[in-house]
Amino acid sequence: MDLAKSTFWGYKRENGRVGVRNHVVILPVDDLSCAAAQAVENNIKGTLAIPHPYGRLQFGADLELHFRTLIGAGSNPNVAAVVVICIEEGWAKKVADGIAATGKPVAWFGIEQHGDHDTIMRASKKAKEFVQWASELRREERPLKDLWISTKCGESDTTSGCGSNPTVGNAFDKLYPHGVTLAFGETTELTGGEHLVAARCRNDEVRKKFMYMFDRYQQVVEAHKTSDLRDSQPTKGNIEGGLTTIEEKALGNIEKIGHKCMVDGVLDKAETPTGPGLWFMDSSSAAAEMVTLVAAAGYTVHFFPTGQGNVIGNPILPVIKLCANPRTVRTMSEHIDVDVSGLLRREMTPDQAGDQLLECMFRTANGRLTAAEALGHREFVLTRLYESA
Amino acid sequence: MIHFVVHDENDSVGVVVVEGVKAGQKLNGWIMNQDKSLDIASKSDIPIGHKLAIKPLGNGDTVIKYGVDIGKTIAPIAVGEHTHVHNLRTKRW
Repeated sequence: MDLAKSTFWGYKRENGRVGVRNHVVILPVDDLSCAAAQAVENNIKGTLAIPHPYGRLQFGADLELHFRTLIGAGSNPNVAAVVVICIEEGWAKKVADGIAATGKPVAWFGIEQHGDHDTIMRASKKAKEFVQWASELRREERPLKDLWISTKCGESDTTSGCGSNPTVGNAFDKLYPHGVTLAFGETTELTGGEHLVAARCRNDEVRKKFMYMFDRYQQVVEAHKTSDLRDSQPTKGNIEGGLTTIEEKALGNIEKIGHKCMVDGVLDKAETPTGPGLWFMDSSSAAAEMVTLVAAAGYTVHFFPTGQGNVIGNPILPVIKLCANPRTVRTMSEHIDVDVSGLLRREMTPDQAGDQLLECMFRTANGRLTAAEALGHREFVLTRLYESA
Repeated sequence: MIHFVVHDENDSVGVVVVEGVKAGQKLNGWIMNQDKSLDIASKSDIPIGHKLAIKPLGNGDTVIKYGVDIGKTIAPIAVGEHTHVHNLRTKRW
């Protein structure tokens, strides 16, 4: 595959970023606003509500992460325009202003003093205007470097480490020299292989930041654990699939970053990278949390290798699933976009598998719905750092 | 037909990649890094995705996969024997 001349068809946004979807999002700032947001989604066809359970009485770094995730999701170039709804006007405006910095159309509504009915009516009028405007936007041909690709695996088993994760690694190694912006994360899921990631860091500064985040997360585990995490990390599903220890899981996980890419920088949760290259994001290894964080950071296509068959999707970030386990490919075929089980039968080389994934990436970027999108998987899960006040 | 794969020839374990492996079955293995073959008789029924020892392991031995430490044994493991949570544990946490 000649990637030097490869292009895709995307939506160029006001800030120069390029999206591969054209969503008009109805974004609730808090749990209380989900009902109104979903009513607007029901009223105005072609809009997408993103309900979630948080946003009240959070404070400090946890509240900052909440805002960063919501503003980031609205700012993602896969989103054309946003209607923000909040119980209180102040925070509706705060989130809307954050998104408006991208230049895209945003409107905000507070429910207090109006009630759901009036809010839904006013927000629906704006949503109709936005969705009709967005429906006239056209895709244009863009260079490969305008894609931002993230990866995270889930319901991994040993076939992930031999097949689907090395396939992502092969694709990352091919994308990296072309200036694509890449990301991986899953901080605790590097345990046992953290030295391998540290060795791949671009320089001492990046290495120091990576190890700081890795060590910090280890302290969280140490502070809260009641066992050796035998039932959580690896998960019951991982163990059913043959993974025994966190070290084994981590080494399979790290296969996703290939062998040639360097780790160019380290991101806090939902933080937007400042240039091309491979970025490590400090993040939970829970699938929907991590994918939500990279969506908020601005990534536009996601590679999700699975072994036992994770079914995750995301409302704004298309999630491409690949699998090397022949049993999962057979029993859960509706969830799998790229079947690389041939790798384990020696019928396919890692290079061929990587090319198949890249071909699916281009088709997805050009508009083909992923299995998760077609099946309606829209898991949007906010990471919490501690209790609400 | 490949019944199990091994990442590296220095590893202590391989991964069964077919369904229905039974004790006593002769298994064909593929060592991926060195592109070599390895034949082993299974000593256990082993589900797809689960590991078998390809080197004899004593109690407390370090287990190597991908050429890296993945934990320690809590019982001796013979070549061809199912290697999982009943005889292998993390060294972390």
